[in-house]
Amino acid sequence: MTAGVTAGTAARGPFALVAAPPLLWLLAFFLVPLAVIWGYSFGHNTSLVSIDVTGTWANYARALQPLYLGIIVKSFWFAALTTLACLILGFPVAVAITFASDRLKPWLLLAIMLPFWTNLLIRTYALMAVLRTEGYLNWLLAAFWNPLAHLAGGPAFVPLGLLHTDFAVVFGLVYVQLPFMVLPLYAALDRLDRSLLEASLDLGAGQLTTFARVVVPLALPGIVSGIVVTLIPSLGAYLTPDLLGGTSSLMIANVIERQFKSANDWPFGAALSFLLMYLTFAAILAQAMLARRHERRHAHG
Amino acid sequence: MSGGTRMAKGPLDYLGRWPLRLWLGGVLLFLYVPLATLIAFSFNLSKRNIVWRGSTFDWYAKVFADSDLLLAFANSLTIAALSTGISLILGTLTALLLWRFRFPGKALLEGTLALPIVVPEICLGIAFLVFFADILPWPTELPWPLNLGAITIAHVSFSFSFVALVVRARLASFDRSLEDAARDLGAGEWRIFADIIVPHLRPGLIAGALLAFTLSLDDFVITFFTSGPDTTTFPIKVYSMVRFSVTPEVNAASTLLIVVTLALTAAALKLQGSAIAKTAAAG
Repeated sequence: MTAGVTAGTAARGPFALVAAPPLLWLLAFFLVPLAVIWGYSFGHNTSLVSIDVTGTWANYARALQPLYLGIIVKSFWFAALTTLACLILGFPVAVAITFASDRLKPWLLLAIMLPFWTNLLIRTYALMAVLRTEGYLNWLLAAFWNPLAHLAGGPAFVPLGLLHTDFAVVFGLVYVQLPFMVLPLYAALDRLDRSLLEASLDLGAGQLTTFARVVVPLALPGIVSGIVVTLIPSLGAYLTPDLLGGTSSLMIANVIERQFKSANDWPFGAALSFLLMYLTFAAILAQAMLARRHERRHAHG
Repeated sequence: MSGGTRMAKGPLDYLGRWPLRLWLGGVLLFLYVPLATLIAFSFNLSKRNIVWRGSTFDWYAKVFADSDLLLAFANSLTIAALSTGISLILGTLTALLLWRFRFPGKALLEGTLALPIVVPEICLGIAFLVFFADILPWPTELPWPLNLGAITIAHVSFSFSFVALVVRARLASFDRSLEDAARDLGAGEWRIFADIIVPHLRPGLIAGALLAFTLSLDDFVITFFTSGPDTTTFPIKVYSMVRFSVTPEVNAASTLLIVVTLALTAAALKLQGSAIAKTAAAG
């Protein structure tokens, strides 16, 4: 009630005092930098250090050439695979947390959150030790394989080259993104009306039918937001493909980085990064539209 | 098939079922084994980091003798502290602005505030690289800590939206009648803010500060594009060590950062807990 009143004449002084610092910061140190690279994406290098903004679409055209389009499509596949793996790994975890006892629940949530507070670089580095040729995963595989091979007379275990492959990139992305998937799933499942599940089970539906026809439809907004918050950072990932990937597992972000740090083609890098941003916005828009449709259907039904 | 025969456990007691327990245990192992081995091998005598040869603190001694690494660590903590302070002020002001006032363009501002959260890090990174190269060249010879200004500005820009989000969520539970009562009793806008709104906000401010501090301390990508040769942060330094090899020294340095982060999280959870308890006791 007071909000409308204070927005009137009496509060003009405080309004300016409250509004000016964040608005100016947002403009100067966020919107201006983005606007500059947006402008550069329509320009071309005239020399090593100067860029002429001519309004050309050449950089975007170049980004859609087979070579770069292939990398964009590949990045999308990596992100989609990561999201699918996180959904499969994370859904049972979210269910387990939802139905855990009140005493256990905060600890389980903390256990999922804690790796998320740990530095991304350190988590990625930890995986390098797991995946490299003399790493723990190969050591574990050898420990299982060699006794069996010994019994059956087969060949000894040859360590797999796991690091610097596409597999390592997706493995690393799943490792990093899993908490992002579990938390929205948990939030959606926790809001679920449990009497609906009990009713479904009482009326003779099995656990699987109840899951497919009651749990999933009701938790759909949480599933969709889990997918979006996993997909977006995976799509723009830089560090994971850089450290865990091989020469052919470049993702969009790595190509963008090269334009700025080694190839020195800022306009092209700017165009690529705006394409990445548009893809991100498209994913968010799709989620918002799905959520609205879901809401409307449930409001009417 | 249905849960009816297992009434002792209850049909919704999913955690009582062994497949789910096994799955949960497997995922937790997946999340923690790499980190646990990383920490364990920071105490390993062997340099090769594969087999256990007995324990040692040598790698930690090496870390503490590495002046570049220590400087990078000090830089990281300084940037995180500065960025947290500024983000906290800007974020709180933003939250107050959206909560207290009606003004044209409010929806637009809310949309813009979501941008730092959703725009991919790499895009922000290159935007700041270009900004600090072409628009606002940051002098490289400034005395410490002014030379960290460019990185700090970049960190504030992606952090303060998160602070605004957390503080705004806390403001939603503020009882407006308290403010009216204070005004009736003759308190001015500043008194109301300092004595009534800020104490209510405290848990949100603590949570927001922790978030901003961790975001800054953890950031690699955006810092990677804004740091110069004399302004390395801890993640940038570790990155240059990690890029080609896995060594116990990196394990030791990483373990130290994990410990700092854990201590901060624990402190914040504790502070937040006691702040909430105090509010609950007072109310």
